[in-house]
Amino acid sequence: MIELDGLTKRFGTKTAVDHLTFSVRPGIITGFLGPNGAGKTTTMRMVLGLDNPTSGSVLIDGKRYDQLKDPLTYIGALLDAKAMHGGRSAYNHLLCLAQSNGIPKARVTEVLDTVGLTAVARKKAKGFSLGMGQRLGIAGALLGDPRILMFDEPVNGLDPEGIHWIRNLMKSLAAAGRTVFVSSHLMSEMALTADHLVVIGQGRLLADTSMADFIRNNSRSYVRLRSPQRERLLDVLHEAGITVVETGSGALEVDGGSAEQLGELAASHHLTLHELSPQQASLEEAFMRLTAESVEYHAHSDPHRTLEPGQAAEPHRAAEPHQAAAPESQPWGSSWQQKNRKGA
Amino acid sequence: MAAAQVLRSEWTKLRSVNSTALTLGLAIVVSIGLGMLISALVNNDFKKMSVADRLSFDPTFVSFSGLTLGQLAMVVFGVLVVASEYSTGMIRTSLAAVPQRGTFLFSKITVATLLALAASLVTSFAAFLLGQVMLGDHSTTLGAPNVLRAVFGAAVYMTLMAVFSMGMAAILRSPMLSLGILMPFFFLVSPILGSVSATKKVAQYFPDRAGQKMMQVVTPPNDVAHYGPWGGLGILLAWVAAALVIGYALLKNRDA
Repeated sequence: MIELDGLTKRFGTKTAVDHLTFSVRPGIITGFLGPNGAGKTTTMRMVLGLDNPTSGSVLIDGKRYDQLKDPLTYIGALLDAKAMHGGRSAYNHLLCLAQSNGIPKARVTEVLDTVGLTAVARKKAKGFSLGMGQRLGIAGALLGDPRILMFDEPVNGLDPEGIHWIRNLMKSLAAAGRTVFVSSHLMSEMALTADHLVVIGQGRLLADTSMADFIRNNSRSYVRLRSPQRERLLDVLHEAGITVVETGSGALEVDGGSAEQLGELAASHHLTLHELSPQQASLEEAFMRLTAESVEYHAHSDPHRTLEPGQAAEPHRAAEPHQAAAPESQPWGSSWQQKNRKGA
Repeated sequence: MAAAQVLRSEWTKLRSVNSTALTLGLAIVVSIGLGMLISALVNNDFKKMSVADRLSFDPTFVSFSGLTLGQLAMVVFGVLVVASEYSTGMIRTSLAAVPQRGTFLFSKITVATLLALAASLVTSFAAFLLGQVMLGDHSTTLGAPNVLRAVFGAAVYMTLMAVFSMGMAAILRSPMLSLGILMPFFFLVSPILGSVSATKKVAQYFPDRAGQKMMQVVTPPNDVAHYGPWGGLGILLAWVAAALVIGYALLKNRDA
Protein backbone atom coordinates (compact mmCIF):
# COMPACT_ATOMS: atom_id res chain seq x y z
CA MET A 1 0.00 0.00 0.00
CA ILE A 2 1.38 3.37 -1.05
CA GLU A 3 -0.42 6.43 0.33
CA LEU A 4 0.13 9.92 -1.01
CA ASP A 5 -1.24 12.80 1.01
CA GLY A 6 -1.12 16.27 -0.50
CA LEU A 7 2.20 15.44 -2.10
CA THR A 8 3.71 18.54 -3.70
CA LYS A 9 7.02 19.22 -5.40
CA ARG A 10 8.14 22.56 -6.72
CA PHE A 11 11.29 23.22 -8.72
CA GLY A 12 11.75 26.96 -8.45
CA THR A 13 8.51 28.48 -9.67
CA LYS A 14 7.44 25.38 -11.57
CA THR A 15 5.12 23.02 -9.73
CA ALA A 16 5.91 19.50 -10.91
CA VAL A 17 3.57 17.71 -8.52
CA ASP A 18 0.58 19.55 -7.11
CA HIS A 19 -1.19 18.25 -4.00
CA LEU A 20 -1.52 14.66 -5.10
CA THR A 21 -3.64 12.52 -2.81
CA PHE A 22 -4.38 8.92 -3.68
CA SER A 23 -3.53 5.39 -2.58
CA VAL A 24 -2.15 2.46 -4.49
CA ARG A 25 -4.08 -0.54 -3.27
CA PRO A 26 -2.60 -4.01 -2.79
CA GLY A 27 -3.20 -6.97 -5.05
CA ILE A 28 -3.97 -5.07 -8.24
CA ILE A 29 -2.14 -3.27 -11.02
CA THR A 30 -2.58 0.47 -10.71
CA GLY A 31 -1.80 2.38 -13.85
CA PHE A 32 -0.29 5.84 -13.38
CA LEU A 33 -1.11 7.76 -16.49
CA GLY A 34 -0.28 11.21 -17.73
CA PRO A 35 1.22 12.99 -20.68
CA ASN A 36 4.96 13.61 -20.83
CA GLY A 37 6.02 16.04 -18.12
CA ALA A 38 2.92 15.44 -16.01
CA GLY A 39 5.00 14.63 -12.92
CA LYS A 40 4.84 10.84 -12.92
CA THR A 41 8.57 10.27 -12.52
CA THR A 42 8.91 13.01 -9.90
CA THR A 43 6.09 11.40 -7.92
CA MET A 44 7.79 8.02 -8.07
CA ARG A 45 11.12 9.53 -7.06
CA MET A 46 9.43 11.01 -4.00
CA VAL A 47 7.96 7.60 -3.13
CA LEU A 48 11.55 6.29 -3.00
CA GLY A 49 12.82 9.27 -1.04
CA LEU A 50 15.14 10.35 -3.87
CA ASP A 51 13.44 13.75 -4.10
CA ASN A 52 12.25 15.56 -0.98
CA PRO A 53 8.63 16.73 -1.23
CA THR A 54 8.06 20.47 -0.92
CA SER A 55 5.03 19.59 1.19
CA GLY A 56 2.77 16.64 1.85
CA SER A 57 3.86 13.08 2.47
CA VAL A 58 4.06 9.66 0.93
CA LEU A 59 3.97 6.52 3.08
CA ILE A 60 4.71 2.90 2.26
CA ASP A 61 2.88 0.49 4.54
CA GLY A 62 2.46 3.42 6.91
CA LYS A 63 6.13 4.40 7.01
CA ARG A 64 8.33 6.94 5.30
CA TYR A 65 10.71 5.31 2.82
CA ASP A 66 13.81 6.05 4.89
CA GLN A 67 12.16 4.50 7.95
CA LEU A 68 11.89 1.13 6.22
CA LYS A 69 14.41 -1.44 7.38
CA ASP A 70 15.85 -3.13 4.29
CA PRO A 71 13.57 -1.21 1.92
CA LEU A 72 14.15 -3.53 -1.03
CA THR A 73 12.14 -6.17 0.83
CA TYR A 74 9.12 -3.82 1.00
CA ILE A 75 9.16 -2.15 -2.37
CA GLY A 76 11.10 -2.85 -5.55
CA ALA A 77 11.36 -0.16 -8.16
CA LEU A 78 12.53 0.31 -11.71
CA LEU A 79 12.92 3.99 -12.42
CA ASP A 80 15.25 3.92 -15.38
CA ALA A 81 17.07 1.12 -17.09
CA LYS A 82 20.44 2.82 -16.92
CA ALA A 83 20.64 3.50 -13.18
CA MET A 84 23.65 1.23 -12.81
CA HIS A 85 27.45 1.29 -13.16
CA GLY A 86 28.23 0.10 -16.68
CA GLY A 87 31.57 -1.30 -15.63
CA ARG A 88 30.03 -3.73 -13.16
CA SER A 89 28.74 -7.16 -14.16
CA ALA A 90 25.04 -7.93 -13.86
CA TYR A 91 25.79 -10.41 -11.08
CA ASN A 92 27.88 -7.97 -9.04
CA HIS A 93 25.35 -5.18 -9.56
CA LEU A 94 22.66 -7.34 -7.99
CA LEU A 95 25.05 -8.72 -5.37
CA CYS A 96 25.89 -5.30 -3.94
CA LEU A 97 22.18 -4.44 -3.79
CA ALA A 98 21.41 -7.76 -2.09
CA GLN A 99 24.17 -7.33 0.49
CA SER A 100 23.03 -3.84 1.42
CA ASN A 101 19.60 -5.21 2.35
CA GLY A 102 20.69 -8.50 3.91
CA ILE A 103 19.28 -10.57 1.04
CA PRO A 104 20.98 -13.98 0.61
CA LYS A 105 23.37 -14.46 -2.32
CA ALA A 106 21.31 -17.32 -3.73
CA ARG A 107 18.51 -14.89 -4.49
CA VAL A 108 20.77 -13.06 -7.01
CA THR A 109 21.07 -16.19 -9.16
CA GLU A 110 17.35 -16.74 -8.78
CA VAL A 111 16.26 -13.32 -10.08
CA LEU A 112 18.83 -13.44 -12.90
CA ASP A 113 17.12 -16.62 -13.97
CA THR A 114 13.64 -15.07 -13.64
CA VAL A 115 14.52 -12.24 -16.02
CA GLY A 116 16.48 -14.50 -18.35
CA LEU A 117 19.94 -12.94 -17.89
CA THR A 118 21.76 -15.99 -16.49
CA ALA A 119 23.84 -16.36 -19.65
CA VAL A 120 25.20 -12.80 -19.42
CA ALA A 121 25.41 -12.61 -15.61
CA ARG A 122 29.18 -12.06 -15.70
CA LYS A 123 29.09 -9.56 -18.55
CA LYS A 124 29.44 -5.84 -17.91
CA ALA A 125 26.19 -3.90 -17.94
CA LYS A 126 27.49 -1.30 -20.41
CA GLY A 127 27.33 -3.88 -23.18
CA PHE A 128 23.64 -4.51 -22.53
CA SER A 129 20.89 -3.47 -24.91
CA LEU A 130 18.05 -1.30 -23.59
CA GLY A 131 15.91 -4.41 -23.20
CA MET A 132 18.60 -6.25 -21.24
CA GLY A 133 19.21 -3.19 -19.06
CA GLN A 134 15.47 -3.06 -18.39
CA ARG A 135 15.51 -6.73 -17.41
CA LEU A 136 18.45 -6.17 -15.07
CA GLY A 137 16.61 -3.23 -13.50
CA ILE A 138 13.56 -5.44 -12.99
CA ALA A 139 15.76 -8.16 -11.49
CA GLY A 140 16.90 -5.53 -8.97
CA ALA A 141 13.28 -4.66 -8.21
CA LEU A 142 12.37 -8.33 -7.63
CA LEU A 143 15.51 -9.02 -5.56
CA GLY A 144 14.00 -8.49 -2.11
CA ASP A 145 10.79 -10.38 -3.00
CA PRO A 146 8.84 -7.21 -2.12
CA ARG A 147 5.07 -6.89 -1.72
CA ILE A 148 5.03 -3.69 -3.76
CA LEU A 149 6.54 -3.13 -7.19
CA MET A 150 6.86 0.18 -8.93
CA PHE A 151 7.80 0.56 -12.59
CA ASP A 152 8.32 3.84 -14.42
CA GLU A 153 7.48 3.53 -18.12
CA PRO A 154 8.76 -0.04 -18.25
CA VAL A 155 7.89 -0.66 -21.89
CA ASN A 156 9.51 2.50 -23.25
CA GLY A 157 11.83 1.67 -26.10
CA LEU A 158 11.30 -2.07 -25.90
CA ASP A 159 10.66 -4.37 -28.81
CA PRO A 160 7.31 -6.21 -29.02
CA GLU A 161 8.74 -9.31 -27.38
CA GLY A 162 10.06 -7.28 -24.44
CA ILE A 163 6.75 -5.43 -24.08
CA HIS A 164 4.89 -8.72 -24.05
CA TRP A 165 7.25 -10.09 -21.41
CA ILE A 166 6.80 -7.09 -19.11
CA ARG A 167 3.01 -7.15 -19.47
CA ASN A 168 2.88 -10.81 -18.49
CA LEU A 169 5.32 -10.28 -15.65
CA MET A 170 3.17 -7.50 -14.16
CA LYS A 171 0.05 -9.60 -14.49
CA SER A 172 1.67 -12.57 -12.80
CA LEU A 173 2.97 -10.36 -10.00
CA ALA A 174 -0.51 -8.95 -9.37
CA ALA A 175 -2.01 -12.43 -9.61
CA ALA A 176 0.37 -13.48 -6.83
CA GLY A 177 -1.22 -10.79 -4.64
CA ARG A 178 1.42 -8.10 -5.06
CA THR A 179 0.82 -4.40 -5.47
CA VAL A 180 1.94 -3.16 -8.85
CA PHE A 181 2.21 0.56 -9.57
CA VAL A 182 3.16 1.26 -13.14
CA SER A 183 3.41 4.53 -15.03
CA SER A 184 2.84 5.11 -18.71
CA HIS A 185 1.91 7.84 -21.12
CA LEU A 186 0.11 5.33 -23.34
CA MET A 187 -3.54 4.72 -22.55
CA SER A 188 -3.61 1.69 -24.84
CA GLU A 189 -0.84 0.09 -22.81
CA MET A 190 -2.71 0.68 -19.55
CA ALA A 191 -5.99 -0.64 -20.98
CA LEU A 192 -4.24 -3.95 -21.49
CA THR A 193 -2.67 -4.27 -18.06
CA ALA A 194 -4.12 -2.03 -15.37
CA ASP A 195 -7.07 -2.74 -13.06
CA HIS A 196 -7.11 0.71 -11.58
CA LEU A 197 -6.22 4.04 -13.07
CA VAL A 198 -4.73 7.21 -11.65
CA VAL A 199 -4.49 10.00 -14.21
CA ILE A 200 -2.48 13.16 -13.63
CA GLY A 201 -1.81 16.22 -15.73
CA GLN A 202 0.55 19.07 -14.83
CA GLY A 203 1.05 17.42 -11.48
CA ARG A 204 -2.64 17.47 -10.57
CA LEU A 205 -4.91 14.51 -10.04
CA LEU A 206 -7.41 14.25 -12.90
CA ALA A 207 -8.93 10.84 -12.24
CA ASP A 208 -8.67 8.04 -9.70
CA THR A 209 -10.98 5.33 -10.95
CA SER A 210 -11.24 1.67 -11.78
CA MET A 211 -10.32 0.79 -15.33
CA ALA A 212 -13.85 -0.54 -16.00
CA ASP A 213 -15.47 2.72 -14.86
CA PHE A 214 -13.03 4.75 -16.89
CA ILE A 215 -13.85 2.79 -20.03
CA ARG A 216 -17.59 3.05 -19.38
CA ASN A 217 -17.53 6.78 -18.75
CA ASN A 218 -15.04 7.81 -21.34
CA SER A 219 -15.57 5.76 -24.42
CA ARG A 220 -17.67 8.03 -26.59
CA SER A 221 -20.01 6.18 -28.93
CA TYR A 222 -21.60 7.88 -31.88
CA VAL A 223 -23.24 7.13 -35.21
CA ARG A 224 -21.78 8.42 -38.44
CA LEU A 225 -24.13 9.39 -41.24
CA ARG A 226 -23.35 10.26 -44.82
CA SER A 227 -25.97 11.36 -47.25
CA PRO A 228 -26.16 13.09 -50.66
CA GLN A 229 -29.11 15.09 -49.20
CA ARG A 230 -27.01 16.46 -46.40
CA GLU A 231 -28.95 19.69 -45.79
CA ARG A 232 -32.33 17.95 -45.61
CA LEU A 233 -30.93 15.33 -43.29
CA LEU A 234 -29.66 18.08 -41.01
CA ASP A 235 -33.11 19.67 -40.93
CA VAL A 236 -34.79 16.38 -40.17
CA LEU A 237 -32.38 15.59 -37.37
CA HIS A 238 -32.73 19.09 -36.00
CA GLU A 239 -36.52 18.85 -35.98
CA ALA A 240 -36.25 15.55 -34.11
CA GLY A 241 -34.16 17.35 -31.49
CA ILE A 242 -31.03 15.39 -32.25
CA THR A 243 -27.66 17.09 -31.93
CA VAL A 244 -25.40 16.72 -34.89
CA VAL A 245 -21.69 17.24 -35.18
CA GLU A 246 -20.49 18.11 -38.66
CA THR A 247 -17.10 16.84 -39.55
CA GLY A 248 -14.85 18.39 -42.14
CA SER A 249 -15.30 15.53 -44.55
CA GLY A 250 -19.05 16.12 -44.94
CA ALA A 251 -20.12 13.26 -42.71
CA LEU A 252 -22.45 13.88 -39.76
CA GLU A 253 -21.96 12.43 -36.32
CA VAL A 254 -24.66 11.83 -33.73
CA ASP A 255 -23.45 11.24 -30.21
CA GLY A 256 -25.07 8.40 -28.32
CA GLY A 257 -27.74 7.80 -30.96
CA SER A 258 -28.73 4.37 -32.13
CA ALA A 259 -28.19 3.40 -35.76
CA GLU A 260 -31.64 1.76 -35.93
CA GLN A 261 -33.48 4.88 -34.80
CA LEU A 262 -31.53 7.15 -37.14
CA GLY A 263 -32.00 4.79 -40.09
CA GLU A 264 -35.74 4.62 -39.53
CA LEU A 265 -35.92 8.40 -39.19
CA ALA A 266 -34.12 8.84 -42.51
CA ALA A 267 -36.32 6.22 -44.19
CA SER A 268 -39.54 7.86 -42.98
CA HIS A 269 -38.39 11.08 -44.70
CA HIS A 270 -37.28 9.20 -47.85
CA LEU A 271 -33.67 10.23 -47.45
CA THR A 272 -30.86 8.32 -49.12
CA LEU A 273 -28.02 7.32 -46.81
CA HIS A 274 -24.57 6.37 -48.10
CA GLU A 275 -23.33 5.54 -44.66
CA LEU A 276 -24.93 4.67 -41.34
CA SER A 277 -22.34 3.29 -39.00
CA PRO A 278 -22.04 3.05 -35.20
CA GLN A 279 -18.60 4.17 -34.03
CA GLN A 280 -16.69 3.86 -30.77
CA ALA A 281 -14.02 6.39 -29.84
CA SER A 282 -10.79 4.87 -28.52
CA LEU A 283 -9.64 5.12 -24.92
CA GLU A 284 -6.68 7.03 -26.23
CA GLU A 285 -9.08 9.76 -27.30
CA ALA A 286 -10.77 9.69 -23.92
CA PHE A 287 -7.43 10.05 -22.23
CA MET A 288 -6.50 12.95 -24.46
CA ARG A 289 -9.80 14.67 -23.77
CA LEU A 290 -9.20 14.25 -20.06
CA THR A 291 -5.68 15.62 -20.13
CA ALA A 292 -6.23 18.12 -22.93
CA GLU A 293 -6.01 21.18 -20.73
CA SER A 294 -3.03 20.00 -18.81
CA VAL A 295 -0.77 19.01 -21.64
CA GLU A 296 2.39 20.99 -21.32
CA TYR A 297 3.61 21.01 -24.88
CA HIS A 298 0.75 21.49 -27.32
CA ALA A 299 0.92 20.66 -30.96
CA HIS A 300 -1.24 23.06 -32.96
CA SER A 301 -4.70 21.71 -33.51
CA ASP A 302 -6.81 22.46 -36.57
CA PRO A 303 -8.53 25.86 -36.16
CA HIS A 304 -10.94 25.43 -39.14
CA ARG A 305 -13.62 23.49 -37.45
CA THR A 306 -17.32 24.09 -37.72
CA LEU A 307 -19.00 22.66 -34.68
CA GLU A 308 -17.35 21.57 -31.49
CA PRO A 309 -18.79 18.63 -29.58
CA GLY A 310 -18.50 20.65 -26.40
CA GLN A 311 -19.87 23.87 -27.87
CA ALA A 312 -22.99 22.42 -29.51
CA ALA A 313 -24.58 21.76 -26.16
CA GLU A 314 -28.27 21.08 -26.46
CA PRO A 315 -30.82 19.68 -23.99
CA HIS A 316 -30.57 15.96 -24.61
CA ARG A 317 -26.81 16.10 -24.56
CA ALA A 318 -26.78 17.36 -21.01
CA ALA A 319 -28.29 14.04 -19.95
CA GLU A 320 -24.94 12.45 -20.71
CA PRO A 321 -22.67 13.56 -17.91
CA HIS A 322 -19.44 12.35 -19.44
CA GLN A 323 -20.04 14.38 -22.54
CA ALA A 324 -21.01 17.46 -20.61
CA ALA A 325 -17.80 17.09 -18.67
CA ALA A 326 -15.72 17.26 -21.81
CA PRO A 327 -13.44 20.31 -21.78
CA GLU A 328 -14.70 23.37 -23.61
CA SER A 329 -11.42 24.06 -25.31
CA GLN A 330 -10.18 22.24 -28.34
CA PRO A 331 -8.76 18.89 -27.39
CA TRP A 332 -5.23 18.51 -28.68
CA GLY A 333 -4.94 15.87 -31.30
CA SER A 334 -8.40 16.81 -32.57
CA SER A 335 -7.05 17.11 -36.07
CA TRP A 336 -5.98 13.52 -36.10
CA GLN A 337 -9.24 12.51 -34.47
CA GLN A 338 -10.98 13.84 -37.55
CA LYS A 339 -8.51 12.19 -39.83
CA ASN A 340 -9.01 9.00 -37.93
CA ARG A 341 -12.76 9.12 -38.32
CA LYS A 342 -12.37 9.94 -41.96
CA GLY A 343 -10.15 6.99 -42.49
CA ALA A 344 -12.18 4.55 -40.42
CA MET B 1 23.24 -4.91 11.63
CA ALA B 2 22.48 -2.44 8.88
CA ALA B 3 25.85 -0.65 8.73
CA ALA B 4 27.69 -3.96 8.37
CA GLN B 5 25.45 -4.86 5.44
CA VAL B 6 26.16 -1.56 3.75
CA LEU B 7 29.93 -1.89 4.34
CA ARG B 8 29.86 -5.32 2.70
CA SER B 9 27.84 -3.95 -0.20
CA GLU B 10 30.25 -1.05 -0.72
CA TRP B 11 33.18 -3.46 -0.70
CA THR B 12 31.49 -5.46 -3.46
CA LYS B 13 30.95 -2.26 -5.43
CA LEU B 14 34.59 -1.25 -5.01
CA ARG B 15 36.13 -4.56 -5.99
CA SER B 16 33.81 -5.16 -8.96
CA VAL B 17 34.93 -2.26 -11.13
CA ASN B 18 38.18 -2.03 -13.08
CA SER B 19 38.89 1.56 -12.11
CA THR B 20 39.75 0.52 -8.52
CA ALA B 21 42.65 -1.75 -9.45
CA LEU B 22 43.68 0.57 -12.28
CA THR B 23 43.94 3.78 -10.25
CA LEU B 24 45.49 2.19 -7.15
CA GLY B 25 47.87 0.13 -9.27
CA LEU B 26 48.93 3.24 -11.14
CA ALA B 27 49.45 5.14 -7.85
CA ILE B 28 51.74 2.38 -6.56
CA VAL B 29 53.73 1.86 -9.76
CA VAL B 30 54.20 5.56 -10.56
CA SER B 31 55.17 6.50 -6.99
CA ILE B 32 57.72 3.73 -6.66
CA GLY B 33 59.10 3.94 -10.20
CA LEU B 34 59.51 7.70 -10.29
CA GLY B 35 60.90 7.67 -6.74
CA MET B 36 63.55 5.14 -7.74
CA LEU B 37 64.46 7.11 -10.86
CA ILE B 38 64.86 10.41 -9.01
CA SER B 39 66.79 8.73 -6.18
CA ALA B 40 69.24 7.26 -8.71
CA LEU B 41 69.68 10.63 -10.41
CA VAL B 42 70.26 12.42 -7.11
CA ASN B 43 72.82 9.80 -6.10
CA ASN B 44 74.73 10.46 -9.32
CA ASP B 45 74.65 14.22 -8.93
CA PHE B 46 75.31 14.33 -5.20
CA LYS B 47 78.86 15.61 -5.66
CA LYS B 48 77.63 18.51 -7.77
CA MET B 49 75.20 19.73 -5.11
CA SER B 50 75.95 22.85 -3.06
CA VAL B 51 77.13 22.49 0.52
CA ALA B 52 73.86 23.89 1.84
CA ASP B 53 71.92 21.36 -0.14
CA ARG B 54 74.15 18.56 1.10
CA LEU B 55 73.67 19.64 4.69
CA SER B 56 69.90 19.61 4.41
CA PHE B 57 69.85 16.44 2.32
CA ASP B 58 66.80 14.30 3.18
CA PRO B 59 67.20 10.81 1.67
CA THR B 60 63.73 9.78 2.96
CA PHE B 61 61.95 12.66 1.26
CA VAL B 62 63.93 12.12 -1.97
CA SER B 63 62.70 8.53 -2.16
CA PHE B 64 59.12 9.89 -1.94
CA SER B 65 59.60 12.17 -4.98
CA GLY B 66 57.37 9.91 -7.06
CA LEU B 67 54.44 10.59 -4.76
CA THR B 68 53.82 14.01 -6.29
CA LEU B 69 52.73 12.23 -9.45
CA GLY B 70 51.39 9.07 -7.78
CA GLN B 71 49.10 11.11 -5.56
CA LEU B 72 47.22 12.21 -8.69
CA ALA B 73 46.18 8.60 -9.28
CA MET B 74 44.98 8.51 -5.65
CA VAL B 75 42.96 11.65 -6.34
CA VAL B 76 41.39 9.96 -9.37
CA PHE B 77 40.61 6.91 -7.24
CA GLY B 78 38.92 9.02 -4.58
CA VAL B 79 36.93 11.03 -7.12
CA LEU B 80 35.74 7.98 -9.05
CA VAL B 81 34.65 6.06 -5.95
CA VAL B 82 32.06 8.73 -5.17
CA ALA B 83 31.38 10.58 -8.43
CA SER B 84 30.88 7.49 -10.59
CA GLU B 85 27.68 6.91 -8.60
CA TYR B 86 26.40 10.13 -10.12
CA SER B 87 27.86 9.87 -13.62
CA THR B 88 26.44 6.36 -14.11
CA GLY B 89 23.05 6.99 -12.47
CA MET B 90 23.82 4.24 -9.94
CA ILE B 91 23.16 6.76 -7.14
CA ARG B 92 19.38 6.39 -7.63
CA THR B 93 19.61 2.63 -7.25
CA SER B 94 22.04 2.95 -4.35
CA LEU B 95 19.90 5.40 -2.38
CA ALA B 96 16.76 3.33 -3.04
CA ALA B 97 18.61 0.40 -1.46
CA VAL B 98 20.11 2.47 1.38
CA PRO B 99 17.93 5.53 2.01
CA GLN B 100 19.97 6.48 5.11
CA ARG B 101 22.26 8.79 3.17
CA GLY B 102 24.82 9.21 5.94
CA THR B 103 25.19 5.44 6.30
CA PHE B 104 25.54 5.17 2.54
CA LEU B 105 28.19 7.87 2.14
CA PHE B 106 30.30 7.03 5.16
CA SER B 107 30.21 3.28 4.53
CA LYS B 108 31.46 3.94 1.03
CA ILE B 109 34.18 6.29 2.26
CA THR B 110 35.23 3.93 5.09
CA VAL B 111 35.71 0.99 2.75
CA ALA B 112 37.50 3.07 0.11
CA THR B 113 39.72 4.70 2.77
CA LEU B 114 40.81 1.36 4.19
CA LEU B 115 41.68 0.10 0.72
CA ALA B 116 43.52 3.34 -0.07
CA LEU B 117 45.45 3.03 3.20
CA ALA B 118 46.54 -0.51 2.33
CA ALA B 119 47.71 0.61 -1.10
CA SER B 120 49.44 3.66 0.42
CA LEU B 121 51.33 1.59 2.97
CA VAL B 122 52.61 -0.67 0.22
CA THR B 123 53.58 2.42 -1.77
CA SER B 124 55.37 4.28 0.99
CA PHE B 125 57.38 1.33 2.30
CA ALA B 126 58.29 0.09 -1.18
CA ALA B 127 59.16 3.60 -2.37
CA PHE B 128 61.33 4.17 0.69
CA LEU B 129 63.17 0.85 0.63
CA LEU B 130 63.74 0.79 -3.14
CA GLY B 131 64.63 4.49 -3.13
CA GLN B 132 67.31 3.90 -0.49
CA VAL B 133 68.79 1.12 -2.65
CA MET B 134 69.08 3.64 -5.50
CA LEU B 135 70.64 6.29 -3.22
CA GLY B 136 73.50 3.91 -2.41
CA ASP B 137 76.02 5.62 -0.08
CA HIS B 138 73.69 8.51 0.67
CA SER B 139 70.81 6.38 1.90
CA THR B 140 69.27 6.15 5.36
CA THR B 141 67.50 3.35 7.24
CA LEU B 142 64.10 2.84 8.87
CA GLY B 143 65.85 2.82 12.23
CA ALA B 144 67.25 6.35 11.84
CA PRO B 145 65.50 9.10 13.86
CA ASN B 146 62.07 10.18 12.50
CA VAL B 147 62.38 8.01 9.39
CA LEU B 148 59.68 5.50 10.33
CA ARG B 149 57.36 8.38 11.20
CA ALA B 150 58.00 9.88 7.75
CA VAL B 151 57.31 6.58 5.99
CA PHE B 152 53.99 6.15 7.81
CA GLY B 153 53.42 9.86 7.21
CA ALA B 154 53.71 9.32 3.46
CA ALA B 155 51.11 6.54 3.61
CA VAL B 156 48.74 8.67 5.68
CA TYR B 157 49.32 11.59 3.32
CA MET B 158 48.36 9.60 0.22
CA THR B 159 45.34 8.08 1.95
CA LEU B 160 44.06 11.45 3.15
CA MET B 161 44.49 12.94 -0.33
CA ALA B 162 42.16 10.19 -1.59
CA VAL B 163 39.65 10.87 1.21
CA PHE B 164 39.76 14.61 0.53
CA SER B 165 38.99 13.83 -3.12
CA MET B 166 36.04 11.67 -2.04
CA GLY B 167 34.64 14.58 -0.06
CA MET B 168 35.15 16.98 -2.96
CA ALA B 169 33.45 14.52 -5.32
CA ALA B 170 30.48 14.28 -2.92
CA ILE B 171 30.20 18.07 -3.12
CA LEU B 172 30.70 18.42 -6.88
CA ARG B 173 29.08 15.11 -8.00
CA SER B 174 30.55 15.21 -11.50
CA PRO B 175 33.80 13.27 -12.03
CA MET B 176 34.90 15.63 -14.82
CA LEU B 177 34.32 18.73 -12.72
CA SER B 178 36.00 17.20 -9.66
CA LEU B 179 39.08 16.08 -11.60
CA GLY B 180 39.11 19.33 -13.55
CA ILE B 181 39.50 21.21 -10.28
CA LEU B 182 41.64 18.84 -8.22
CA MET B 183 44.20 17.71 -10.80
CA PRO B 184 45.41 21.15 -11.94
CA PHE B 185 45.28 22.36 -8.36
CA PHE B 186 47.57 19.68 -6.98
CA PHE B 187 49.74 19.37 -10.06
CA LEU B 188 50.18 23.04 -11.00
CA VAL B 189 48.56 25.65 -8.76
CA SER B 190 49.79 24.39 -5.40
CA PRO B 191 53.45 23.73 -6.44
CA ILE B 192 53.67 27.10 -8.21
CA LEU B 193 52.12 29.13 -5.41
CA GLY B 194 54.23 27.14 -2.95
CA SER B 195 57.50 28.19 -4.57
CA VAL B 196 56.71 31.85 -5.23
CA SER B 197 57.78 33.83 -2.19
CA ALA B 198 54.81 36.18 -2.29
CA THR B 199 52.26 33.36 -2.06
CA LYS B 200 54.24 30.89 0.02
CA LYS B 201 52.69 32.03 3.28
CA VAL B 202 49.21 31.16 2.06
CA ALA B 203 50.18 28.08 0.07
CA GLN B 204 51.67 26.40 3.15
CA TYR B 205 48.13 25.83 4.38
CA PHE B 206 47.00 24.00 1.22
CA PRO B 207 46.12 20.37 1.94
CA ASP B 208 48.97 18.88 -0.08
CA ARG B 209 51.65 21.33 1.14
CA ALA B 210 50.64 20.77 4.76
CA GLY B 211 50.37 17.00 4.37
CA GLN B 212 53.81 16.72 2.81
CA LYS B 213 55.38 17.93 6.06
CA MET B 214 54.56 14.47 7.43
CA MET B 215 57.02 12.80 5.06
CA GLN B 216 59.99 15.08 5.73
CA VAL B 217 62.76 14.06 8.08
CA VAL B 218 64.91 17.16 7.55
CA THR B 219 63.23 20.58 7.27
CA PRO B 220 64.27 22.26 4.01
CA PRO B 221 66.26 25.53 4.55
CA ASN B 222 63.79 27.75 2.68
CA ASP B 223 60.71 26.38 4.46
CA VAL B 224 58.27 29.00 5.73
CA ALA B 225 55.90 26.60 7.50
CA HIS B 226 55.09 27.42 11.10
CA TYR B 227 54.20 23.84 11.91
CA GLY B 228 55.88 20.45 12.05
CA PRO B 229 54.77 17.04 10.78
CA TRP B 230 51.97 16.76 13.33
CA GLY B 231 50.77 20.25 12.56
CA GLY B 232 50.74 19.28 8.89
CA LEU B 233 48.62 16.25 9.70
CA GLY B 234 46.23 18.47 11.62
CA ILE B 235 45.84 20.93 8.75
CA LEU B 236 45.28 18.15 6.20
CA LEU B 237 42.75 16.49 8.51
CA ALA B 238 40.89 19.78 8.82
CA TRP B 239 40.63 20.01 5.02
CA VAL B 240 39.41 16.42 4.82
CA ALA B 241 36.86 16.95 7.58
CA ALA B 242 35.56 20.11 5.93
CA ALA B 243 35.14 18.37 2.55
CA LEU B 244 33.35 15.42 4.16
CA VAL B 245 31.03 17.53 6.29
CA ILE B 246 30.01 19.75 3.36
CA GLY B 247 29.66 16.73 1.08
CA TYR B 248 27.46 14.96 3.60
CA ALA B 249 25.31 18.04 4.28
CA LEU B 250 24.71 18.49 0.54
CA LEU B 251 23.94 14.81 -0.04
CA LYS B 252 21.52 14.78 2.85
CA ASN B 253 19.43 17.68 1.58
CA ARG B 254 19.84 17.48 -2.16
CA ASP B 255 17.50 15.65 -4.52
CA ALA B 256 19.39 12.65 -5.81
